[in-house]
Amino acid sequence: MLLGKGLLGIEDLERSEIELILETAQRMTEIGTRDVKKVPTLRGRTLINLFFEPSTRTQTSFEIAGKRLAADVVNFSASSSSLSKKESILDTAKTLDAMDPDCVVIRHKVAGVPKRIADVLNAPVINAGDGAHEHPTQALLDMLTVFQQKDRLDGLTVAIIGDIAHSRVARSNIYGFSKMGAEVRVAGPPTMLPPAIEVLGVKAYTSLREVLDGADVVMALRIQNERLEGACFPSVREYAATFGIDRAKLRYAKDDAIVMHPGPVNRGVELSHDLADHRPSVILDQVRNGVALRMALLYLVVGRPQTLRAQE
Amino acid sequence: MARLLIRGGRVLDPASEMDEITDVLVEDGKIAAVGQGLEARGAEVLDAEGCWVAPGFIDLHTHLREPGQEYKEDLGSGGRAAVAGGFTSIVCMANTAPVNDDPSVTEYILNRARSDSPARVFPIAAATMGLAGEVMTEMAALHEAGAVAFSDDGKTISDAGVMRRVLEYSKLVGVPVVVHAEDCALRADGVVNEGPVSTRLGLPGNPCLAEDILVARDLMLTELTGARLHVAHISSAGAVDLVRRARERGLSVTAEVTPHHLALTDEATLGYDTNTKMAPPLRSASDVAACRKALAEGVIDVIATDHAPHAVHEKEVEFTEAPPGILGFETAYPVVMDMVRADELSPLELMRRMSTNSTRIMDVPGGSLAVGSAGDVVVLDPTRQWTYDPAKGYSKSRNSPWAGQEMTGRVVATVVEGRLVYHCDRGVLIP
Repeated sequence: MLLGKGLLGIEDLERSEIELILETAQRMTEIGTRDVKKVPTLRGRTLINLFFEPSTRTQTSFEIAGKRLAADVVNFSASSSSLSKKESILDTAKTLDAMDPDCVVIRHKVAGVPKRIADVLNAPVINAGDGAHEHPTQALLDMLTVFQQKDRLDGLTVAIIGDIAHSRVARSNIYGFSKMGAEVRVAGPPTMLPPAIEVLGVKAYTSLREVLDGADVVMALRIQNERLEGACFPSVREYAATFGIDRAKLRYAKDDAIVMHPGPVNRGVELSHDLADHRPSVILDQVRNGVALRMALLYLVVGRPQTLRAQE
Repeated sequence: MARLLIRGGRVLDPASEMDEITDVLVEDGKIAAVGQGLEARGAEVLDAEGCWVAPGFIDLHTHLREPGQEYKEDLGSGGRAAVAGGFTSIVCMANTAPVNDDPSVTEYILNRARSDSPARVFPIAAATMGLAGEVMTEMAALHEAGAVAFSDDGKTISDAGVMRRVLEYSKLVGVPVVVHAEDCALRADGVVNEGPVSTRLGLPGNPCLAEDILVARDLMLTELTGARLHVAHISSAGAVDLVRRARERGLSVTAEVTPHHLALTDEATLGYDTNTKMAPPLRSASDVAACRKALAEGVIDVIATDHAPHAVHEKEVEFTEAPPGILGFETAYPVVMDMVRADELSPLELMRRMSTNSTRIMDVPGGSLAVGSAGDVVVLDPTRQWTYDPAKGYSKSRNSPWAGQEMTGRVVATVVEGRLVYHCDRGVLIP
């Protein structure tokens, strides 16, 4: 089973593995409601958060998840580029590996780096987001959140809106929801839809009204204004007018549709201020579930007895 | 003077359409005789039974890294890797440090090669000073010094006006201008072929159109100027089609394709191995099919390796940061043999594209086994299996997507100017 070796992407997972992770995560949610939010499951285990790209949210979530399982968590923020530091990313990773961690969580701005590091490391690697490739824990926590709201994933219609081309969240969610039997649609300005998107098994739209029609789940992605404005879309104002979602536009979706966002929200751009804060948005549920989900994953990757993992 | 008798091989000489089992005698640096039952009379004898005997391979596109980047390769190591791959003449690109944009650099390369390289080396000089795409080089002086063509290779001349002048002026010396066709604005930061694979990988795509548009532009400029254009490492179906139509119109255009663009698709990139990062990138299966078809039909004239050594530490970085390119010499023959095994090329036609055709594009010796021709010969075992290990190869670098793979087809011996310079059991023999 892949889990014994870490997790690089949802593309690699079987449906049964996703189900196992989600079930385990659901059980983990209870720990976060206790007065003493800690269990001894990973006591004596060392977890390294190796972040080549700063991400306070994801790193904090992994850190809290590790600590709630009683693991020793070390945060290592590395320079984002081999070239700027004249140090190979593999050197950095091998150096940390020589300190015998039980798991290394990696975030990098370039796709494929966690995979290349995993190829040479002894410790299992969890991908915490690599470039525009995958962000598997985000997709898993999104699936958990939807499951809590809808009691199923099979048969749902999930609409992902925004910069699909540059989004690792979109790719992981496309793989994940599709494997779980949902219909995934994407929409965004044509300049933000990746070429040959159909290879991912989704249908692409350029009309917000059409993509939302019949959607159970509406997921807005973050627009990276500073980098893309002028290049991929003319202006924030035009983006907000065409793909921004407010309560009026949400009426195109099903009456009981929920609204999601991986955060942080550009208020008034991807989502209206009101929608960012109130139901049917479930943004804070996503964040809360992120901790439980990462606890579950850490448990499945490193927490179970070696013998059990070896058998799989 | 050394005499070498290559006995009993299947002699494939595209220059004379010969394909028969016979003997080849090399003497005084030249082909002395071809025929049945030649007598040794004191000559060293090489038993070629079961092997092919052909004019030595010629590579019109290589990077030998000297002067300036000797940690990747130098004229000695590159030359040794070349003869180990069956190449007797190799043409090296101008992106050295300093750039080969001055006759002194051309002469330096030729002098070093004479002492260090067992393969013959022929430099391509820069088309513009410093490969900057602005001021053209002293083509007459560079040609006089030994440059066989002009190219800014990896750096496309993006200014069409400059390219027009370069093509026009090159007629003064009558050698081809070699274009690395890539529209930099369309390529942007693309590092893999744009399409399903780039979408799955989440890496920036480099569309075929970036190549096609530049090829189209330069074909039009060639038509305008009447110059000679050689399209380097063609990789897309669209570019192939443009070249095909230009040749039908009678333009003086030739083209080369690399072994990797004939053998690998962009799917090889799915594991993020930086040894699958090339410029142009590995393309889709339909592009590969178009290149193979065009090579078989003669629309693409030659196979050139684009041998591009890079140090391990340069390749062991993020995919976006890694320099493009791979080693080419020592894997070329077994890789392209796939087209013979697939019945897409006859052995004779493969030899034509590995050797003879190159002599019609640039002024390099070889390509023929006719009596009196250069004594440049390769002996090949088309069925021998071996495992490629770049660490055991002759290049200083190791960047190859075929590392550790089983290969079928092996270079048995290489003869340059009548001297046995490589034998697979004895290694590189001189210098």
